[in-house]
Amino acid sequence: MSALLKRRFVEQIKVMFGAEPSKPKEIGPAAQKIHFYKKGNRDLIAEKLHARAHATPSHKWRNRRWATLIFANLLFTLSFFLDIQILEGALTASRFVGFHLIDLNSALQVMLAHKHIINNLLIGTGTVLLLWVLLGGRTFCSWVCPYHLLAEWAEKIHLYLAKKKLVTDQTMDRRLRTVFWAIFALLALATGYTVFEAISPTGILSRALIYGPGLALLWVLALLFFEVFFSRRAWCRYACPIGLTYGVVGIVSPVRIIYKLDACFHEGDCRKVCLVPHVLDTVIKGRAVETEVPIGPDCTRCGLCVDTCPTGSLSFEVKGLSKLA
Amino acid sequence: MSENEIESDGNTPRKPTPEGKPAVSIAKRQTNRRRVLRTILLTGGVLGAALSGFLPLVYAQKKRLRPPGALDEKDFLGSCIKCGQCVQVCPVSAIKLADLVDGMGVGTPYIDPRNQACDFSCDAVQCILACPTGSLTYHKPDFLPVRPGAALAAKPILIAKEKDAEPTLNMHERIGVARLTRPEACLAIQGKGFKGQTRGPDFKGQLRYMAVDRWKPVKISSHPYDLAECDLCVRECPVKGAISIETVFAPDGSKRKSPVVHEPCVGCGVCEMVCPVEPTAISIEAGEVWKS
Repeated sequence: MSALLKRRFVEQIKVMFGAEPSKPKEIGPAAQKIHFYKKGNRDLIAEKLHARAHATPSHKWRNRRWATLIFANLLFTLSFFLDIQILEGALTASRFVGFHLIDLNSALQVMLAHKHIINNLLIGTGTVLLLWVLLGGRTFCSWVCPYHLLAEWAEKIHLYLAKKKLVTDQTMDRRLRTVFWAIFALLALATGYTVFEAISPTGILSRALIYGPGLALLWVLALLFFEVFFSRRAWCRYACPIGLTYGVVGIVSPVRIIYKLDACFHEGDCRKVCLVPHVLDTVIKGRAVETEVPIGPDCTRCGLCVDTCPTGSLSFEVKGLSKLA
Repeated sequence: MSENEIESDGNTPRKPTPEGKPAVSIAKRQTNRRRVLRTILLTGGVLGAALSGFLPLVYAQKKRLRPPGALDEKDFLGSCIKCGQCVQVCPVSAIKLADLVDGMGVGTPYIDPRNQACDFSCDAVQCILACPTGSLTYHKPDFLPVRPGAALAAKPILIAKEKDAEPTLNMHERIGVARLTRPEACLAIQGKGFKGQTRGPDFKGQLRYMAVDRWKPVKISSHPYDLAECDLCVRECPVKGAISIETVFAPDGSKRKSPVVHEPCVGCGVCEMVCPVEPTAISIEAGEVWKS
């Protein structure tokens, strides 16, 4: 990793905690060359128009992701409903053919509130930590969390209404999520209750899918309502501490999206579909510090940008895997 | 985000302020102020919702009966990860998950013994075995005190496996205790018998009858009774020596029969489930301790 990418790596961690991405002060020579070449190049503009005209919208990654998300949640439901005992429990804690799995944020809440950690809790947390280090931290959000899927559908309604000029996206300060994370950790520690677990839409939805619906779904509906009419993807963007917990895990994860400057037209389609567009600041014209830039840890690896990019400049990458092949 | 870009990408050079920061337009300042207000609004909303979960804890009228091996209520709520694995292993579906009205207790397991009591037909307290966080536990960690009267004098003997090499349940604390809350309604006290299905033909509750099948609990509606003197609570109690019919003296000095709860009672609630009178004459007091 070059010094520039290292600097960006650190900056992207700050961005995850709520800092605004800034313009890079220094750009690598290879990237500089491409940036210069792209400036006012008529051939490039013609090529861009051509590519746009022929681009077919793909939903490859979205479909794979939705299938995975539904399958994972269905496996919970069916394990209980048909008593096949493959994945018993809910997303907060479960057993996969006997092996303990415990959600990292729920485990953290319990550890801070109860202040006593039994072996099963430790084993389950360790297993899940390893799993998401391997699979990419916030991959949990977009590939497993049931609230994410509902929020994606709510987002579609929001965007439709926004197009009709009936609603506008009211943005908020992203540092709020870090503040919530700290508040809920402190509340658990100080009160001895797992306060966040009571309002976690992930837990509420997961239990509703497995054990049947309840009044707690009203809270989830309220959040979705807020997102449709007021603020796009507000819960996932500005509030959810689970996202931040998994984001931190994603710092060291090898699974990520990689950006290649070469073919990019800087149209920003990717940033329009992205849940966390601050991780894609590097695609803005003149901002990429190297010719290949990995996307930061707040990325949920949902693949919407990969699907939407007309030039194939964004793709999934497993760090180190290309060296093996 | 988009607002920032529009501002920073604008071509007009701005007058620097004395502090060296770029000047901010009135419109931009207003946008920023609104954003701060919205952020505060969301903070308040989410924290308000989260903290309102404490209200039901303060105003709760009645304690929930927790599954066997549950820690004391506060420790239980702090340690339960709300996964429902205890729900999944229970062979009689005695364990339910609480809803929003329980506030901080949303998603935590409880037993409503009148509808379906824990009859220990799993033999080994499976819910404790399933619990990943130690909310339900065989052995309480040392730093958690055992309230006087909550500890069982001895491991309870399960009548169903009395002849096994290990006849006891691995439980050290009771989850509640049975009390004859409405003695005036008790059929045994009135010297009455009972004939038919206790709790009626539509009742869904299940119970393990050793005479029917040791490994398969059946609906109690499929098991009618014909008793000259009602002793259902004693007859179906799964724990040895927890309850018996004794001859007692009534306040007026006359002798009569009455169910009497003894120290081994763990609070499973089978007596409450099978009691044929409405509302029940005997019920579980959740989290209560044994008083002689």
